[in-house]
This record gives sequence, C-alpha cells and structure tokens, in this order.
Amino acid sequence: MAMEIEDRGYAHPEVLVSTDWVAARHDDPDVRLVESNEDPLLYASGHVPGAVEVDWTRDLNDPVRRDYLDRAGFEALMRRIGATRDTTLVFYGDKNNWWATYAFWVFQLFGHDRAKVMDGGRLKWKEEGRPMTKDVPSYEPSDYAAPDRDDARWRAFRDQVRRHVESNRPLIDVRSPPEYSGERLHMEDYPNEGALRGGHIPGAANVPWARAAAEDGTFKPAAELDAIYRGECGLADDDDVVVYCRIGERSSHTWFVLRYLLGFDRVRNYDGSWTEWGNLVGVPIEKGAGGAA
Amino acid sequence: MPDLPPKLLDLIETLETLPDRADRIQMLIDLAERFEGVPERIAVRPYPEENRVKGCESEAFVWAEPRDDGTVKLWYAVENPQGVSAQSLAVILDRALSGSPPREIARVPSDVVYRIFGRELSMGKSMGLMGMIGQTRVAARKALAGR
Repeated sequence: MAMEIEDRGYAHPEVLVSTDWVAARHDDPDVRLVESNEDPLLYASGHVPGAVEVDWTRDLNDPVRRDYLDRAGFEALMRRIGATRDTTLVFYGDKNNWWATYAFWVFQLFGHDRAKVMDGGRLKWKEEGRPMTKDVPSYEPSDYAAPDRDDARWRAFRDQVRRHVESNRPLIDVRSPPEYSGERLHMEDYPNEGALRGGHIPGAANVPWARAAAEDGTFKPAAELDAIYRGECGLADDDDVVVYCRIGERSSHTWFVLRYLLGFDRVRNYDGSWTEWGNLVGVPIEKGAGGAA
Repeated sequence: MPDLPPKLLDLIETLETLPDRADRIQMLIDLAERFEGVPERIAVRPYPEENRVKGCESEAFVWAEPRDDGTVKLWYAVENPQGVSAQSLAVILDRALSGSPPREIARVPSDVVYRIFGRELSMGKSMGLMGMIGQTRVAARKALAGR
C-alpha cells in the first residue's frame, strides 16, 4: 500500500492527486480528466467516465513539422474539450503515466498550470475496481484563449544542449541501459529507432525513467527519489538540468519528477532527444555503460 | 515490398474499407478481446528471453510451433494487461499467418503495422508493434532452421 501523497515529502504535492480525489470530483465541472496513452486503442477500449482523450500524435504534434502544436492549435484543442483557463485538468494514462506526463509537459508550454496528474494512472484506477466506460463524453466548447507557446523555461533545443554539455552541466538520459550504451542499435531484428548512431550525450547520467515509479505505478516517495537523483546523480538544488530520451516522452516523466516532486526550478526536457542528437552531424557522442552518476 | 500473405492482405483490406477511425479502432479492440495467451504446453513463466519482443513496452513474447504439414502455429503472450494494441496485433498475426509456411512469415515487413493501425501511429508508438512482427519473423526463421 503506497503512502498518502501528502506524506511522501514532495516539493509540490498538490500537483499529484489520488484516485480517491478524482472519484470524489466526478461531477465537478471545473475538473476535466484527460487520458493520454501510448497505446492508441486503450482509451476507446474503456476509460474513466467523463475523461476526454488527448492523443499525442493527433492532438499535440504539428502534422508537418517536428514540433508541437501552436497557440491556435492549443486553443482549438482546449475549446474542443470544453476547458477554460480556470479548468483543472487531471492527466492520467497507461504505463506509470508516461504519456500523461508528456501531455502535461506540453500543456505547461502554454502555461496551463491548473494541471495535475492522477497517481498510478489508469491501471491503478482499474485495479481498484472503479468504473470504466466506453462512452465518449462531449462538452460545451469553451472560448479558451491561450498565450503563445513559451519554450524557454521547460524545453531545451539542440544548440542549448551543446552548450550545456560544453559547460559540464548535468544531463540525465532516461532510456534503458542498452539504448544508453549504444549496443542496441546493432541488435538484429530490432525495430528502427530512428537514429544513425548509438550511444548517449557526453556526460549524461543514465537513470531509466521508470525507476521513479513504484511497483503499483505510483510515484516513489521523495526520500527514495532523492536517493536516486540527488544521491546517485549528484544533482544540486540550483542545478540547471536537461533530461532526454528518444523522443522526449519518457523524459517528460522524469521532468515531472524533478520539477514537481523534488522541486528543481531549472529542469528542461530535450524533446529532440536521441532521434535528433543521434542523427546530428559532428556532435560528440559517448558510448558504453560509463558516464553514470 | 514482397506480396503479403493472402489472409493478412484480406484482413488489412477489410480494415481499410472501414469508413472512419472509430470503426477501425473498434474492430481492432474487438480482435484484442479475443486474445488468448500462450498455452502451458508451449511455454510457462518466466518466458525465455529469446522469445521476447524487443522494444515492446507491453512485454510481448512470440513462439512459432512447427506442424507436421510444414506450416507453423503462432503463439503470443502479452504481459501488460493494458497492452490492447499488442493483443490485437497478436490475434491478427495468429489468424493471418498461422498455417503458413515459415518462409512466408519470414517475409512479412514490419511496416505493415501502419496499414493495420493507421498512419497516425507515431514512431514512438509503432516501435513495439513493429518489434512484434520482427520477432515473429525470428520465430519463423527458427522454426525453418529446426526442420
């Protein structure tokens, strides 16, 4: 049985809510549940009653360029799900909430900070025997007005990451050890990972993203997270940290952990991640298992 | 691209005739609901690493059981209870490819997942599904070599 969220010592515990909290606000018009999954069939196969789906590919990405949606796109999305600037969005999804935190992160680029994550995600909800439905809700469209997307605070780009490396500031690679070492690109019958070179960004520590989650998919208490990120990785409170993975989805989970659960103010997600760095001409790459913490 | 095995092509063409995305998704979910895991006479947990689908977050495993007529029967395990897409693909591959000679299965290209699940699969999401097809080819080749 996981500890209560408020007892886990998080820096910003209000950003994480329990399944009980969500169940108690089932009819609250100011709370909108947002399901975001890796698996494209999962929402349609059953979801928390009242939840809307935000799909990373269809809803959050620019259909042409490799970038996220712009202000107009975000406004259209929020209007479609009936959210106003005052609506509290509660994100949840599959696999320890990894795509849910990705969506959460994109929403923060537009400053929608009335946002929370349901601890344990949809699996916890389902395993507690709570109701699921295939009914897709529809809400009265809102007149949501968004600011321009602001990438500066939470998002890192390749040139910034280069300077970050050159000045020996901390990076965390949250992929699996075989991806980090670079051995995986050479394995037979591995699906194409979208990068021409294997390895990691020089100096990056390797902390697979799911280490932040307990067995039941909830987030570990702050003391355990501290042991990993402040202890093993040696992060200090005022560090400027960059996290990355392959396309930025798993690292948004770690971004959430560092930013909200451990209280780091300067942590950016490099969404270009390995599919950009591993294809860039002339950038330094480190191989092998070394480099951790 | 080599010709797809006829039953697989039929199934894909059926999916492609569905007018909208919701219908396609419903059909894929219906298929997933018919998923049955690998029987104990083929494998028991913990399943061997050599049968594991690499890159699949849903913890999928594949076996190709040789039959006397020179074909194989495919079996899948999907350990993630929420791996609906993986379950759906397992049912599709079993229905479409079991009973085929392994040589034919070993030619099925991984990107067929885009024809099954639609173009909007992102690269991140398609990797595990493409890995299932890759591992199915590996299993078929193993069955071929074993005879």
